[in-house]
Amino acid sequence: MRSFAQLFLSLDETNKTNEKIKVLQNYFNCVPDSDKMHMLALFTGRMPKRQINATLVRNWAIEASNIPAWLFEESYHVVGDLAETMALLMPQNAGSSSKTLTEWIGEINDLGEKTEGEKKLWLMESWAMLDSSERFVFNKLLTGGFRVGVSQSLVIKALSEITGLDTPTLTHRVMGNWMPQTYSYAQLVQEQDAADDISRPYPFFLAYPIQETSEKQKSADDLKTALGEEAEWQAEWKWDGIRAQMIKRNGKIFIWSRGEDLATDKFPELHPFLNTLPDGTVLDGEILSFKNGLPMPFNVLQTRIGRKNLNKKILEENPVAVIAYDCLEYAGEDIRYKTQAERRLVLEQVQASSPYPGVFNISKLISFNTWNELEGIRGQSRTMMAEGIMLKRKNAPYQVGRKRGDWWKWKIDPLSVDAVMIYAQKGHGRRADLYTDYTFAVWDGDKLVPFAKAYSGLTDQEINKVDHFVKRNTLEKFGPVRTVKPELVFEIGFEGINRSTRHKSGIALRFPRILRWRHDKPKEEADTLETLRALLGT
Amino acid sequence: MAKKPLLEFTDKGICCPQGRFYIDPWKPVDDAVITHAHADHAYFGNKRYLAHELSKEVLLYRLGDIRLQTAAYGEKVIKNGVQISLHPAGHVIGSAQVRIEYLGEVWVVSGDYKVEDDGVSTPFEPVCCHNFISECTFGMPVYQWKPQRGIFDDINSWWQSNQAHERATVLVGYSLGKAQRILQNLDLANGKVYTHGVIENTNEALRRNGIALNPTERITPETSKEEVRKGIILAPPSSVGTTWMRRFYPYSFGYCSGWMAVRGAKRRMAADRGFVLSDHADWDGLISAIDATSCESVYLTHGYTAVFARYLNEIGYDAHEEHTLYGDDEVALPQPAASENETEDTIRAVDEAPSFAGAQASGEEGLPDARQQDLANTGGPA
Repeated sequence: MRSFAQLFLSLDETNKTNEKIKVLQNYFNCVPDSDKMHMLALFTGRMPKRQINATLVRNWAIEASNIPAWLFEESYHVVGDLAETMALLMPQNAGSSSKTLTEWIGEINDLGEKTEGEKKLWLMESWAMLDSSERFVFNKLLTGGFRVGVSQSLVIKALSEITGLDTPTLTHRVMGNWMPQTYSYAQLVQEQDAADDISRPYPFFLAYPIQETSEKQKSADDLKTALGEEAEWQAEWKWDGIRAQMIKRNGKIFIWSRGEDLATDKFPELHPFLNTLPDGTVLDGEILSFKNGLPMPFNVLQTRIGRKNLNKKILEENPVAVIAYDCLEYAGEDIRYKTQAERRLVLEQVQASSPYPGVFNISKLISFNTWNELEGIRGQSRTMMAEGIMLKRKNAPYQVGRKRGDWWKWKIDPLSVDAVMIYAQKGHGRRADLYTDYTFAVWDGDKLVPFAKAYSGLTDQEINKVDHFVKRNTLEKFGPVRTVKPELVFEIGFEGINRSTRHKSGIALRFPRILRWRHDKPKEEADTLETLRALLGT
Repeated sequence: MAKKPLLEFTDKGICCPQGRFYIDPWKPVDDAVITHAHADHAYFGNKRYLAHELSKEVLLYRLGDIRLQTAAYGEKVIKNGVQISLHPAGHVIGSAQVRIEYLGEVWVVSGDYKVEDDGVSTPFEPVCCHNFISECTFGMPVYQWKPQRGIFDDINSWWQSNQAHERATVLVGYSLGKAQRILQNLDLANGKVYTHGVIENTNEALRRNGIALNPTERITPETSKEEVRKGIILAPPSSVGTTWMRRFYPYSFGYCSGWMAVRGAKRRMAADRGFVLSDHADWDGLISAIDATSCESVYLTHGYTAVFARYLNEIGYDAHEEHTLYGDDEVALPQPAASENETEDTIRAVDEAPSFAGAQASGEEGLPDARQQDLANTGGPA
């Protein structure tokens, strides 16, 4: 645990990519192989199962810190991270643990069988033998949510230099549902991939935005300069669903979401079509709600996501289907090296022979001759239930991760309204102890009705100013939330708008964020609920 | 009906009606008693000032030509029958708690303080009183300081490691207090100490006051980058992210502040190293200081006042939250979260001051020439 805690401290101590890589390599070089795999699992989002529920951990931490519960909560709002709060509040301790990361995770995993009393005893003893930096990482292991400020690609890069394997290969090998208990470092780094994991997905290829923000519009001419000849590109709608990779191997099917969650059970209506795919097929595409053969807006799909039990009613009322747009493996062969155009032909062929064309759709190509023409077509995105247009270079292979050059997304401009900030709440992580999470309202007659929460879009400097305002213009406090004097006006952008029975305003927004601070607008000139309702039709 | 209290909180500052003076007023008054020379406690524009003798040169440097009377620690000064004396606060050189006595009633105004002996400032001494007016900048239990020896060991070894990697070492801390505390505790066997103009001006003022500081060298446009790399650079928060700092590239930049105890604040600052070193009392320090006064009531002026007051009440004190402008100097707010305001509070401006929204700008108006000069030297506030 010493080296793992030190790894955290060292990563925190530099903002430079190269130094972070060095720190990661130092760690890999000084710990046993099993610790390497545990670290890799944690840094790629594979947390040990939570064995003690968060409330118990919190209560026992309060007991160990010897402070009242309300003061613990206040402290948490200042620190913005539960594991760190607990580590800071406990009495300081000079001790240090010689147990390895593997041993600690082993102990955590063994807790499942234990009684509550035994768990408490173990936890109290563990805290007592760790110093504060070790406690912090230990608490992270216990409570989940391991955000380390180091991307997976950085870890892969560090590992790549140590093992001599290239980064695409390593990225692929750390995908899927492996566990550090069963996947050894030797297996990870062997020269030839044994590929005994038939569920393992490929790393997703991600598109780059062609225009960074809606303020920086790209014209047809800009596209011509940036992308060249129209004929070299394939255009499709950019679907707004769940990006998924669908696998059929050895008679078994797997559905992976972009976040590397195995979601096979969440979409039973896709199973028949997947089961009829030939063995050794991997498709990339989007899962969407469908009605009468047409895709529905994302919020319809949202009512299904996160449900533990999919009952018959939901499946009947809100069925999903796939719009596939790529084929990564065919007849057991990894065909990512083939060109976009070649893979498209394979995809069309696979789809044509499917007995389930209603569930297995393919993203139809948009035909266009000039960028100008495509710009016009892009304007119809909302009617098509799309977020904009995807551009894919016809002669490019399927790559790993977010790469510039061959896949571009050209999103439509967000809808927007001017709204008044009415509530504020403190943020987390690097925004801890600053008011960064805001609720916005529009006018309904002479009342302000909240309709959206937004966290992003302001610069650090603007956040400081808003924070300053909030602290001096608080009307009421409800726990961590403050009611703020309605005064500041912001332009709020969003991708889509739908009716909702769950919200007071009667509407729900997709991806609301702050576009800019309207210093020029008094609150009286903010938009109204009517304006929002009028947008429902778009 | 109870008699009028000896001290009261007004929109100009802490007032003693009987003695007709104010303590650390933020609006101009006739008679001001100043706890220490930081900008949110020592404002420009008062007719007469009383402060500790070790604050003299810094006050004159910062506030220009003021009518200043000084006193030693423990020396009694009578104003309109009210007895005033200054007592060590341990915050920075020359910082004082103000003890006020009238007809047997004793109040103490802490100003800013810390309980650890930093080796530079006269160490904090508790003063018995009936009513204690205390700061609580770090009045949350997550703030627990480690002894400074260990922190300076870390700083010294970080400096050595930078030397080994041939990069400059830039250590940021505010110019009155933190800078001298660092200067006197560095291992000078490692190399020379170079200073930003703002810090050197303060050092010079302190030397004029008879303080024996370690040798320093002011950085000028002529200073050689290669020479500087062998030493260590002391810089004020306002220099973070400026071209002044960038010219030392490659460098590693460390930030000394109590706020560095929390990862989020550390990440926001984006310093290469955050050293948890504060001139304010930590949670336990505040409680032990308050306890040592044997006071009947505590008034909390700035910091986490609401939380700390609630806790003190729960453990048996009579604690009150007061609104003041201390720790709330918004002069010059460059990014990232740094300013020359000396209070560390740009990262986290003090909570709870809604009633003074209209008085926010008062600090800016009184910005003295000397300070404006300093700010101009650093490339100016953002």
